[in-house]
Amino acid sequence: MAQYTLKVNNQEFKVDVAEDTPILWVLRDHLQLVGTKFGCGMAMCGACTVLLGDTAVRSCSMPISSVEGQAITTIEGLSEKGDHPLQLAWQEVDVPQCGYCQAGQIMNAASLLRKIPNPTDEQIEASMNGNICRCGTYLRIKEAIKQAAQSA
Amino acid sequence: MTLIKTKYNRRSFLKVSGAAGGGLLLGFSWLNGCMPAGESGIASIPNEWFEINGFIKIGDTGLVTIFSPNPEIGQNVKTSMPLIVAEELDVDWKNVVVEQAPLNTDIFQRQIAGGSQSIRHGWKALRMAGATGKRMLMEAAAQKLSVPVSELTVSQGVISHQASGKSLSYGEVASLAATMEVPEEVELKDNKDFKLIGTKVKNVDGQKIVTGQPLFGLDYQREGMLIAMIIHAPAFGMKIKSFDATEAKAMPGIKDVITVNTWPDEPQWSDLSAFRELIAVVGDTTWQVLKAKKAVKVEWEVDTALESTADHIERLKKAVESDQGNVARVDGDPDKAFAEADEIIESSFTAPFLAHNTMEPMNFFAHVTDTKAELVGPIQTPEYLEHSLASLLGMSHEQIDIKMTRMGGGFGRRLYGNFANEAAVISQLMKAPIKLIYTREDDMTQGAYRPAYRVKYRAALDADKNMTAFEVKAAGVDDPPLFANRYPAGTLAHYKATEVKVDSNITTAAWRAPRSNFIAGAEQAFLDEVAEKVGKDPIDFRLELFDKAMANPVGEKNDYDAERYAGVIKLVKERSNWGVETPGIKRGMAAYYCHNSYVAQVVDLAELDGEWRVKKVWCAVDCGIVVNREGAVNMMEGGIVDGLGHAMFSQMTFKDGKPDQSNFHNYQLIRQEQAPLEIETFFVENNIDPTGLGEPPLPPVIGALANALYQATGKRYYDQPFLVS
Repeated sequence: MAQYTLKVNNQEFKVDVAEDTPILWVLRDHLQLVGTKFGCGMAMCGACTVLLGDTAVRSCSMPISSVEGQAITTIEGLSEKGDHPLQLAWQEVDVPQCGYCQAGQIMNAASLLRKIPNPTDEQIEASMNGNICRCGTYLRIKEAIKQAAQSA
Repeated sequence: MTLIKTKYNRRSFLKVSGAAGGGLLLGFSWLNGCMPAGESGIASIPNEWFEINGFIKIGDTGLVTIFSPNPEIGQNVKTSMPLIVAEELDVDWKNVVVEQAPLNTDIFQRQIAGGSQSIRHGWKALRMAGATGKRMLMEAAAQKLSVPVSELTVSQGVISHQASGKSLSYGEVASLAATMEVPEEVELKDNKDFKLIGTKVKNVDGQKIVTGQPLFGLDYQREGMLIAMIIHAPAFGMKIKSFDATEAKAMPGIKDVITVNTWPDEPQWSDLSAFRELIAVVGDTTWQVLKAKKAVKVEWEVDTALESTADHIERLKKAVESDQGNVARVDGDPDKAFAEADEIIESSFTAPFLAHNTMEPMNFFAHVTDTKAELVGPIQTPEYLEHSLASLLGMSHEQIDIKMTRMGGGFGRRLYGNFANEAAVISQLMKAPIKLIYTREDDMTQGAYRPAYRVKYRAALDADKNMTAFEVKAAGVDDPPLFANRYPAGTLAHYKATEVKVDSNITTAAWRAPRSNFIAGAEQAFLDEVAEKVGKDPIDFRLELFDKAMANPVGEKNDYDAERYAGVIKLVKERSNWGVETPGIKRGMAAYYCHNSYVAQVVDLAELDGEWRVKKVWCAVDCGIVVNREGAVNMMEGGIVDGLGHAMFSQMTFKDGKPDQSNFHNYQLIRQEQAPLEIETFFVENNIDPTGLGEPPLPPVIGALANALYQATGKRYYDQPFLVS
């Protein structure tokens, strides 16, 4: 066990955990930020996606010791009022079915739009390919990203 | 207007008080249900709520809470069921807050997510609940205004008396309405007067989902709660011999490592479990438990047979080729017809086991004390769970309290509540509140799979290329996928349907559109082959058979309405411009009827970067009245993507009882780059009572895909997964 200081959603948190503890479980078990989901535990499904700076990372496979001091953004901190263009577009397009993977999808899309503000269909597909939606809402995800890109 | 006798009695209405705070008890914020952010004119938060009936609470400000009775697995009933209540209640949707109802068999009927039946079974009860509430509110208003109730009209939660110009809002009469006698009969609206039903209504949990609010079982937390995980045998047919948990127990945060037996004395189908004795690791946090799990040294021993996929393939083949089997239906004299045939077409189709792979792995919260059991989590069959827990824990039903969370997918997996049984037993033994969490590997390798299948079809043709007889023989490990009375039964004078069950210790279960998820695709691919052999367009060929079924059906028990079936085929034919060639596009079609809805689809393939990709799926559906057009279209799209993906890529295989697949690195699910580029859905507009959509879009698309792949490659696709060699 060791003390770590984390910067999550512009807030500082101190936690006392083992150095190999993945960010996912620190967020969920210690900070009660449960918007970031557990799906596979091996960076294959994208349900646990958060932003490290502007980059989307799989929090299930990233130990706390590797991110100390860096700014982490989770779905809860993507916007103050839940009105990030992606969050609005996701509701407008009515993307979710079960909804479980959607936080990870949105965080991955947020990283995409920070790097490519107006992505092509192919760029959307390629960058969202690591996020599984078991309900099959892929078309709506693509549509919502395009809407968000236009409104931003 | 329809007059309908209410099925409720006064007593059942008075018994509801305990149901009031479902959302609050879960610790979830309930407000903002259906209200879009920033919308004006929304009623303010009430000081007092009044229980009108088991489905409806009305606040003194006019804000309305509607309880959604059935479990939500992504099929969108949490939006569509309350929407039906709101329609008859005549309230403004923006003043409606939706709460998930807990299990309460006194008030609600069939609180199950399964078989695409929530809307079909709920339709009348939900309308009645809304209409009853409206009537009681009107009677309260009549009393307050001292006018006859017949002189009152209602619009958007406001009751008006035209002659006097007076009006009262629902909020103003709610307290009096709550004391009114339940009317013995109520009027339901004419379908033409629907204001909400048939429109596009967005997911009531949309805002919570996109902002990461706690909604799912895995998100549930309780002060002092421990985390539990299980270890099950690595192979079907193995059990625990011994284990050493010394090292694991000494690890930080670990409370105990115990053995649990979760098999009830009187098991039901929903208790299905391949591994009845498990090891449970319990500790403070998930990561600590995950690490300790790996430190437990277990010795396993062989209990029953260790089966491999090669065995299953062989046994299925033997089953359809041998004389064994249960003959489920015979029309005419098929043996004679085949003996006299000019030509016989014969093909066999196969499909592997599939895991459900809900994105949210199995989990459940349990707090079991000497006097009560409290369970919270994702379950499709809460009522069955209550029965199992009563047996398992030695408690009465009154001592057991079950609350349902939103589910991160179901697909049939959460019909089987073994994980909730396990959570309850672990909590009882640990004497603490616990949350049981499966890892993806625990989830994928512990069974309850879609069965593995094989079916053989034969069609007899006469010298004029007329199909004179049809035979189907279906085998499954361990549930055969036959529906003997479905199309083409009823369209042919000579017909035979046989099924064979192949036993196995690998547990199988309902998986989205059970049996149909395989047999539809196989049948529709076979009919495509027959149509080609007789030189007919596949749609014309099917429609001619339906004409026969309409004019002169064979047999009494044909399980479909030929006119509605043909209707969706005609609709998709027209909308997709079937018969008009488009350069670069190869297409296939299929149609199927299951779970009370009719679906016909056309799959268009296009070559992109040297590979065939689904460019567009055209989909026609007849589900009767469309309750929520947005949710319905979303469901069709999801079912199509799900069906295509599994048919193309997914499989569970076994070697000596051990699954070859354990996580998403070796179990392939469809992803964004493989999804169709476009899906267009068309509804048959009619006034027939609505049926469900969770399952019907999935089965036929597999046949449409196989038929399109044939057009693209010249090769018939008989064995799933089609695109994995």
